[in-house]
Amino acid sequence: MIGQLVHLVGLTSALPSPGQSSDPADDLVKIRVADLNVYYRSFRALADLSVEILERRITAFIGPSGCGKSTLLRTLNRMNDLVPGSRVEGRVNLDGGDIYGPGVDVVDVRRRVGMVFQRPNPFPKSIFDNVAYGPRLYGVRGRELEDLVEESLRRAALWDEVKGKLHRSALALSGGQQQRLCIARALAVEPEVILMDEPCSALDPIATLKIEDLMRQLAQEYTIVIVTHNMQQAARVSDYTAFLMMDEERTGRLIEYGTTQQIFTTPRDRRTEDYITGRFG
Amino acid sequence: MSRSTRWRSGSVRYAWRKLTNAGMLSLTGLAAFLAVVPLVWIVVYVASQGARFVSADFFTKLPTPVGVPGGGIANALGGTAILVGIACTISIPIGVLTAFYVADKPDTPLGLAVRFGTDVLSGVPSIVVGIFAYTVVVLPMKRFSALSGGLALAIIMLPTVIRATEEMLKLVPNDLREASLALGAPEWKTSLAVMLPAALNGVITGVMLGVARVAGETAPLLFTSFGNPFWSARLDQPIASLPHTLFVYAISPYKDWHAKAWATALVLMALVLSLNIIARAWTMIRQARLGG
Repeated sequence: MIGQLVHLVGLTSALPSPGQSSDPADDLVKIRVADLNVYYRSFRALADLSVEILERRITAFIGPSGCGKSTLLRTLNRMNDLVPGSRVEGRVNLDGGDIYGPGVDVVDVRRRVGMVFQRPNPFPKSIFDNVAYGPRLYGVRGRELEDLVEESLRRAALWDEVKGKLHRSALALSGGQQQRLCIARALAVEPEVILMDEPCSALDPIATLKIEDLMRQLAQEYTIVIVTHNMQQAARVSDYTAFLMMDEERTGRLIEYGTTQQIFTTPRDRRTEDYITGRFG
Repeated sequence: MSRSTRWRSGSVRYAWRKLTNAGMLSLTGLAAFLAVVPLVWIVVYVASQGARFVSADFFTKLPTPVGVPGGGIANALGGTAILVGIACTISIPIGVLTAFYVADKPDTPLGLAVRFGTDVLSGVPSIVVGIFAYTVVVLPMKRFSALSGGLALAIIMLPTVIRATEEMLKLVPNDLREASLALGAPEWKTSLAVMLPAALNGVITGVMLGVARVAGETAPLLFTSFGNPFWSARLDQPIASLPHTLFVYAISPYKDWHAKAWATALVLMALVLSLNIIARAWTMIRQARLGG
């Protein structure tokens, strides 16, 4: 597992850092969503949505409340399966394989596609046990586990703040630290994609800034998808932006998708322009 | 009366309102006082009647025949411990696992049936539970036994354990469950590693309250564990218990047994009361710690 990590680091250091390459043709598609429809019982939450999420880039989903951006995000690691009455049509391909296909192990999907939630949600356990939770599920023990915990905390830019108190309760950390702990916890199972559902909405500006810096660093190795209400945040951190809106039936639709620069400077759709200039939302 | 003077403190309206308030407050206070009178009365009366006979011997000696001074209820203390132990062994695993199912799948037919069944079960008179245990255990075994008594108590405890656990599981933030599932943990692992520890204190409180309830039950033991004037730790033999011993002493025509009945009542009451207090103190301490 560690070997795999080191391998990943070695591999990524040779790649251009995100933001340098803005030509989509250079990038590999990590997740391809095609003709996606999501229903909650008879209610259609998302309609005919297709989007490509590129490897080692940060993709932001923006849009007014209720437009289905969180639903879309949670479709990418099948967390919507937990909602009673939810149904997914269409395809979500991760590295070419449909995660909703027959015989797919949900547990494996969620291992490969990690998630960070809106409110920091550390387990009421020690800092160490929080990060170790995932690896332990896969049988990592002893020295290897300790190394992995340290590695994950370092990647989440939290190690220096917690190294002396790994066995204290995670609940004693500040909100921003808790959120970075949750990121470390997600990193510990060595995911390929990290989904972030408004990860900074419960944090103060300084903690927000730290998380945003961290996201830029992580994007060198991981594919990141973030849902945000904060358009400045989308503009600051993301490489690509998808703008969603709901129609008259309250069904979410993708209005426009492109590089963040294009969306924020020369939006093609009138509704995108209205939204980013603050005319509604 | 103008708008500005209407609410002034000197007005008649204001004085009347103050008076009603004081009257109502006194009424609620009086009611609250009346509600605690029986408790205090019972505690004081039982203590004054029973304390005379309670001594170290009372806890360590076996009962003596009528007229022979001394003797104790050691067999009943041990018997109650064994009966409660059997009840816990049966009801805790079943109750906790059931609560997990009900909390996770409240809308399935089985979930609804279990919830309804739990409510009904908690309302079933305990003597009926005793008859049930008599029918399914005592009759086939052809003898009264600790096992049948423990089973009856387990059935009585079950709703308390299920309800307490279910309520606590519902309080565990969904965030935690999702966090675990998002890490690739299967559902059962999530329940075991995240939900159960988070709910554990509530479960313990529920179990203690359940124990406090069944420790004082007499009716279900009358024709199950039956009672035994001697030491017994065998599960297939009749066994003594505090409430049953109290019952036998109390209905006897002998003066010295009546005294022992009071003393037994005091011990039983102290036991149940302290279990209740410990359970509630535990909850309060945990809540205070979580809050800080």
